[in-house]
Order: sequence, then structure tokens, then C-alpha cells
Amino acid sequence: MHKPRMHLLASFDIARLQYLDEQGRATQELPDFATPDTLQALYRQMALARLVDDRAVKLQRTGQLGTYPSSLGQEAVGVGVGGALEKDDIYCPYYRETGALLERGVEIEEILAIWGGDERGQDYQHARLDLPLCIPIATQLLHATGVAFALKYKREQFGEPPRVAVTCAGEGATSRGDFFEAMNLAAVWRLPVVFVINNNQWAISVPRTEQTASKTIAQKAIAAGIPGLQVDGNDVIAVRAAVTDAVARARNGEGPALIEATCYRLCDHTTADDAGRYQPQDEVHAAWQCEPLARLGNYLRGEDLWGDEQEGELQRELAEVLERALQDFAERPAQKNSAMFDYLYARLPDAFIEQYDQLVGQ
Amino acid sequence: MPEITLVEAVTQALAYELQADPTVLVYGQDVGVNGGVFRATDGLQKKFGRERVLDTPLAENMIGGIAVGMAAMGLRPVAEFQFMGFIYPGLDHILSHAARYRNRTRGRLSCPIVYRAPYGGGIHAPEHHSESTEALFAHIPGLRVVVPSSPARAYGLLLAAIRDPDPVVFLEPKRIYRAVRQEVPDSGEALPLDRCFVLREGTDVTLIAWGASLKETLRAADKLAEDGIEAEVIDPATLKPLDIHAIIDSLEKTHRCVVVHEAARFGGLGAEIIAQINDYAFDLLEAPVQRVTGYDTVMPYYRLEDRYLPGVEQILAAVREVLDYPNGGRP
Repeated sequence: MHKPRMHLLASFDIARLQYLDEQGRATQELPDFATPDTLQALYRQMALARLVDDRAVKLQRTGQLGTYPSSLGQEAVGVGVGGALEKDDIYCPYYRETGALLERGVEIEEILAIWGGDERGQDYQHARLDLPLCIPIATQLLHATGVAFALKYKREQFGEPPRVAVTCAGEGATSRGDFFEAMNLAAVWRLPVVFVINNNQWAISVPRTEQTASKTIAQKAIAAGIPGLQVDGNDVIAVRAAVTDAVARARNGEGPALIEATCYRLCDHTTADDAGRYQPQDEVHAAWQCEPLARLGNYLRGEDLWGDEQEGELQRELAEVLERALQDFAERPAQKNSAMFDYLYARLPDAFIEQYDQLVGQ
Repeated sequence: MPEITLVEAVTQALAYELQADPTVLVYGQDVGVNGGVFRATDGLQKKFGRERVLDTPLAENMIGGIAVGMAAMGLRPVAEFQFMGFIYPGLDHILSHAARYRNRTRGRLSCPIVYRAPYGGGIHAPEHHSESTEALFAHIPGLRVVVPSSPARAYGLLLAAIRDPDPVVFLEPKRIYRAVRQEVPDSGEALPLDRCFVLREGTDVTLIAWGASLKETLRAADKLAEDGIEAEVIDPATLKPLDIHAIIDSLEKTHRCVVVHEAARFGGLGAEIIAQINDYAFDLLEAPVQRVTGYDTVMPYYRLEDRYLPGVEQILAAVREVLDYPNGGRP
């Protein structure tokens, strides 16, 4: 049968960025920010995120915390993303965000409060304008797009300095309309927003291959008309470099970007889940060989920038940090019953005063 | 001063607040160049620019969602959904985020958003264009639901909604968008939210209605007056939170009440109003409160919509029933 002739209208490439291979060897010259101090700081933050997650899971197991989503194995994504923002940029998290929140200055105690059933954790004492944790999947991507609009609007209308919104979601979130709608609008309106997808291969029990037939998540940017890049999400240098670059372009008025960071969820979805029911053991074993903390540690040790002594010192320091936070968490005064009403509206409408009085026992 | 329609009063309020407050912006489908499918935003883009009056891509969920981020950063977005029947994709963001942001962050961030949508039947539109699901929204903690029923109230309540520090679902009764003209001074003066409006005073029966149903309700009150029956007509205007005390004050005089709404009966706001009357004013009642509502059916295609919408005769029948109680009984 005759095959009709067609003209090539457009073609696209999807690139992947990596600086450290699985053994922690540099695969190319590292970016300028990768000074010994910065790399050690990134290592520390990833170690802290892992420690916080580990303790939070234990607290849940002993009845001291509610359901908790660990980010074990995904520390490079959180820390790499969180550290790429300027202080006045706005981070719009989802819910598996220990590393990024710590980078943004959210207190460990606040993270524990959120998962310990206390809304006050979302009242971050630092990062006052960062959005709260967002549980409904992918919805934060649209909020971030609205944030980016506001930042651009305030820059243009009121002469405020250029700022950027950065947001993160899991790969499961890319199946939702919000993901496409957010990228689409951000592109049409050329908004300063960076979308990061933490592709940890699992949306609870559904693997990446059953989530999308697309070869990469990054290529989903193409349909929206924005740059899409895949990075090795177990390589904190690559994550930090890619997000920093995208943030700089967004700040410069060059519009949004999508970054897919591939890693592996080395933990249950949450403490209410049992990944042993669906994650193949050999796959998990293989994923542990790629995990981000050891990778950067191996690089640092190979460069004589880290050793057993420093590791011991770090673990002691982090343990102290954690213990202080746990103490603050334990000593937190309870919320008043009235808190249910106190923040519902700016001023309690008359119609609810009777219920309020019932609640507070008048 | 020229007399304007309800939809023109919406435009006038938007223009006033766009002028007065640089953090206010208007966006939605076709609201820019086209001025909205009902022309509620007519001329606004020309006057205030494409940066503040924006056409969006076609995605209602997105229209609902971006407002949250805009508002959290200190803007006052006024988002238009083209019809209430298309608001549901945006419900996730209205319910799960806009209504909760202040509470979730313990007051750190808030969502002063107005979600506007034309609502209700009676304009011979296709399916999905005649919805009246205000009770869905009124059920959501943290929201306000406001329905204007005249040009003056559209102007004053929309100004109040935009200035309110919390999210408002502002439902515009499109059947009466152009039904009456009224002088509405462009004074920038808002009307109070969370308060009923007494549209007609009377001593024999209280009629409660909102939006376009007030047209038939007021006509019924006129007819009753011809027979010497003085009906008091109350427009709650803010359906949530509900100003029940104004209704009780009226019942102190009338002791009889009929609630009219075109929305379906089951779980409709008539049920809530009657439950609150039972809570606070049962002893005042001389007769059970009656409801005149849409049926618990899907809103029919337009050839049957007049049979669906509460009419003057049905309101009069319900009034006769509460007046005749206990001798009348149900038909």
C-alpha cells in the first residue's frame, strides 16, 4: 500500500543530567556551586532528612505520631530542590517533602506537629509565605501556578523584585489534569514557576509503567511548550543544578520548566502502607545500590572531603538537633478546642457563635 | 442617573473595585475581549488591561485552583465560571483548599477569592446550563455563598464579596440578569454580608426566597395583598452563613412561613432553614413551614423547565395551606 509522504513539523529531544554515578564517581566536571562546603552541607541535610523520617516512622509505630509519609531514598530530590530557591522564592510542596521543608527552614517540630495532628505545624515560623503541605494529589501544581502569577503580577504592577514559585509532585500526579492544566497555563502566561516531579517509581502500589506509557515524565513538558529535563534524582548535585538553572531562567522571565527527578521509594507509601505487598524484592535491593546519601558520601570520601570522624561528629550533632526538636514537639501545649473555629473565617460569623460557645463549654 | 440591569451592576461593581484596589483581578473563560458570555465583564479588559482582566485556557479545575495561589500571595482574584453547571471540576480546589487555607495554616495564609457563576434555570438553555446547586456549596465549612436578587444588591454584595477576607461563591441569577432596571449609584458602597434583606413587610406570612425565585415570590405577595393577606418577603442573600435571626424576627409577627427555591428539595436550603426555625422558633409557629421547590429530578431540558421551576400558583397554594392550618391539610 502506498504510504503518503508527510513533512516533519517538529522533533524533540529529552536529555538526562547526572554528575555522580552510582558509585559516587564524577561523570563530568561538577557545577560551580559544588564547593566542598556546599557538598558537605547537602550531605548533612540529606542525613538529617533521613534521620527525621526514620524517627518519625518509629514515633508512629509507638503511637506518638499519626500517619507519616517517609521520603527514604528521595532525600536528594527534596534537599536538591529546596536548596535551589532563594529565600524569598515560594515553595509549594506536596506531602512527601522532609528534605525540601528542612532546606526551606521549616522546623522539625513543625513537620512532626503536622503529622501529629496539629494544624499549627503548617504555620511555619520561617518561610512564612511558602504554601502548606498539600495532600490532594497534584492540586499544588495549580496553586504554584497561581503563586507564580501573583509574583509576576506584583513585579509588573508594584515593582517588586523577581521571584519564582517552585513546586513538587510525585509521578502519579502527572496522570491528573491539574498537572497538564498547570503546565499549559504557566506556558501560555509565561509564568515564573518550576515543576519538579519526584519520580520515585511508585504511586502507592501502582508502578510507573502502569501510570503512563510515556517513555519519560520529562517529555510531558513538550505538549505544553516548555522545557523538560530528566535528572538523576539520586544525585543531589544534578537535582540542585537542574532546579537552580530552571529557577534562574524563570526569574529572568523565560517562563516555566518541568524537571523529572528519577529515584526510588525505599519505604512504604506511608506508615499505613506495606510496600512488601507490591515492590519486588530484587528491585528494592537494586535501588538501595543507587541511593543518594551513600552516593554523595562515597564521592566526598573519594575526594578526601569526608571520613569516619566527620561522619561520627555529624551523627552526634544531628542526634542532638533531633532530640531538641522531639522535646519541643513533646512539650507543645495543646491547641484550644476553639481553634476549630478560630481560623475558619477572618471573623467568626454570627451564625456560628452558638456552636462556638457549645464547643468551648460556655 | 441611568437605570441598569443586574448584569450591568455586576460589571459596575467589578469596574469600581478594579479601579479602587490594584490587587483585584478578573479572569475566566472569554471574560476579556468578549466581555463574558453574558457580558458581565464587558469593557473591563479594554479599561484595565490584559494584565488584570484575563482570558484563561479552557479548564474549570484550573480556574478554581490558580485562585488559591494568587490569593495566598495577597491578590484578590475574581474568577468567573461560565455557568454553574461547569463549576464542578473546580469544586476540588474550592472545597479542599480555598475554603480551608486560613484554617490549615492557622491564619498564616488566606484565600480572599470570589468565584462567580451564573446559576439557575429559565433561559431555555441546553443541559448543564440551568443548575441551581447552591446547597452543595453552602454545606462546605469556610465558604460564603451569596446570591443577589436585584441590581442594587448585585452591586453592593459583589463589592462586599471582593473585599471580604474569605472565599465567596457568588451566584448570579441569570434568569433575572436583565429582568429589571434600577438606579444603582456607583458609590463604591458595599452592602452587608451575612444579613437578610426584607423586601416587603407584612404580618400574615413570611415568604423566604433568593435569586430569580424572588420574582415569582414577590408576584405571589402582590396577589395575596389583593386578598388582604400581607406577606413579608425575605431575601437571605447570604445563604451561608445564614442570618436566621432576621427570619425569627419576622416569624414573631407572622407565625407562618413558606420557603421557595428552585433547587431540588432533598437536602436543599429549605430543609436547613426549616430545621433552624424548628430549633429557634418552633413555639412561634401556627403551622408547619412549607417548601415550594424544584423536584428531586434532574433539571429537565428546557421544554419542561417551566413545569420544574416553582411558579406563582404553587407559592399561593403553599401559603393557603399554612394559613388554613390545621383545617386545610395537604392537597
